[in-house]
Amino acid sequence: MWEALDDFYWTYQSLIHAIGVNGILALSVYVVLAVGQLSLGQAAFMGVGAYTGALLTVKFGTPFAVSMIAAAAVPALLALVVGGPTLRLTGVYLAIATIGLGEITHIVLLNWDYAGGALGLSGIPERGGVWAIYGTLAVLLVGFTLVARSRVGRAMEAMREDEAAAGVMGVNLPRYRMTALVVSAAMAGIAGCLSAHVSSFIGPGEYGFESAVRILSYALLGGIGSPVAPVLGAAILTLLPEVLRPLADFRLMVNGLIIVLAVLFMPRGILPWRIARTG
Amino acid sequence: MLEQQLVNGVVLGATYALFALGFTLMFGVMGVINLTYGVYFAVGAFAALWTTQALGLPIAAAVVVGALIAGVLAVAIDTLLLTRLRKAKAPELASLMVTLGATLFLYAGMAASLGTEIRRFPAAVFDGGAYSLGEVRVGATQILIFAAALVLVVALMALVRGSRIGLAIRAVAENPDAAALMGIDGALMLRVVSFLSGAIGGAAGVLVGLNFNAIQPFMGEHMMLRGFAVIIVGGLGDLRGALLAGLLLGLAEVLTAAYLSSTLKDMIAFGLLVATLWFRPMGLFGRAAAKRA
Repeated sequence: MWEALDDFYWTYQSLIHAIGVNGILALSVYVVLAVGQLSLGQAAFMGVGAYTGALLTVKFGTPFAVSMIAAAAVPALLALVVGGPTLRLTGVYLAIATIGLGEITHIVLLNWDYAGGALGLSGIPERGGVWAIYGTLAVLLVGFTLVARSRVGRAMEAMREDEAAAGVMGVNLPRYRMTALVVSAAMAGIAGCLSAHVSSFIGPGEYGFESAVRILSYALLGGIGSPVAPVLGAAILTLLPEVLRPLADFRLMVNGLIIVLAVLFMPRGILPWRIARTG
Repeated sequence: MLEQQLVNGVVLGATYALFALGFTLMFGVMGVINLTYGVYFAVGAFAALWTTQALGLPIAAAVVVGALIAGVLAVAIDTLLLTRLRKAKAPELASLMVTLGATLFLYAGMAASLGTEIRRFPAAVFDGGAYSLGEVRVGATQILIFAAALVLVVALMALVRGSRIGLAIRAVAENPDAAALMGIDGALMLRVVSFLSGAIGGAAGVLVGLNFNAIQPFMGEHMMLRGFAVIIVGGLGDLRGALLAGLLLGLAEVLTAAYLSSTLKDMIAFGLLVATLWFRPMGLFGRAAAKRA
């Protein structure tokens, strides 16, 4: 029995890692969508986290915990600088600023020789692994479920449905948006750091426009009614490419199509149930 | 040398201004950030490539063909994707997400069917030679790019500011319901605007493709960063601001590449964008827009 499980794990190792990492990423985009904003910088935050963590581990030999903390802090700071000024404006500004951030992150990583430039960074030692990934995912899932059930969750939902009304009812809109964005960036950074330490190689190409759209499609497919929904969306969309292998180069088009169809026909995703409240 | 860089900067800036003009027109009238705009840019360039290579037509014809094909595509995408959301009065972020999905779909489709290698215009296109004014050399292609951008910008501004159609478009942008009561066919005007912006995006794609002589499916994605910077710096939906900001960005990029470093050049657009958001979020000629429930 255990042997069979072991075999299964070794065969599908990278897929198992990817589902967990993408689950964390899906939660990171969920946090922002849950307050009615749109961040297209998740891939960039992930990339910054991955490079921060991997550089610390490879070049300075820091312990894994330190790499992780830095991988969460640097993207959070970046979110503060880029997203901060947009949070008093309409949601369009945050979307634009974060798309721009994605492009610029890609350019910087491509040209930064210290971090390997276009060749990327290789020889990252294996740290954390499957337990760290799924442990983080579980902690975040429980945490967000508790938040969604509380007063804070109610305020977030109110913002999403009608910002002006929520503001009038005394919800501090800019503070909620800022907190959501910073938390989301830190989570994406952690996801990047975890995935860098199980794949031994990272390159600038992994954190481009396609990845940003892919991460958003997890949450749009699953829906944002409860924190479980985006994680489920991530699992489905991570397994999907394995099924769609015959489509070859046209595979990427499917993610685009899913977003279009999800927004047009299933605005609440495939798991539309809302979570019960306690606060 | 400075004069030469200024000439190059103005030519580049003119293409940026043209690109941003279509983008900001679309936002100004529809109220939606349409991310597929970068696709029209690439489609226009590819259409021009096909016109000059397969049909052997001159580049001036290629600009027209590129603009027409991109314009028709823009109308098709708007009708297919955004009409439904507009009718349902969906939030602006829903429209943005739909265009985002469509963008990935179209880019991936183009990359898969056309290949991602960089393509170039046939050499015959650049046969115009160059003119020298003292130290400064100006290529015939550069003159064509600048003239085409100028003509298109002037024509569009004249149309929007000085014609009955322009008046109708501005009325729809200001208040669609009131415009409908005045007998304006709102749906038709939105199609006209889609066509105009798509065509401008396509023409800009031809001209930028000509300026760098490099065409590939994702060229629109890199251009969008400039597009975002220009419309934010100029003020969302502000045509005059977009023109000025486009010229400024082109000049700043060329001067940075010449005197500082070419890597830094790519950062200018984003730097301007973030600085504007911090210090002047309503754009250069900003008039603060009140948000109402």
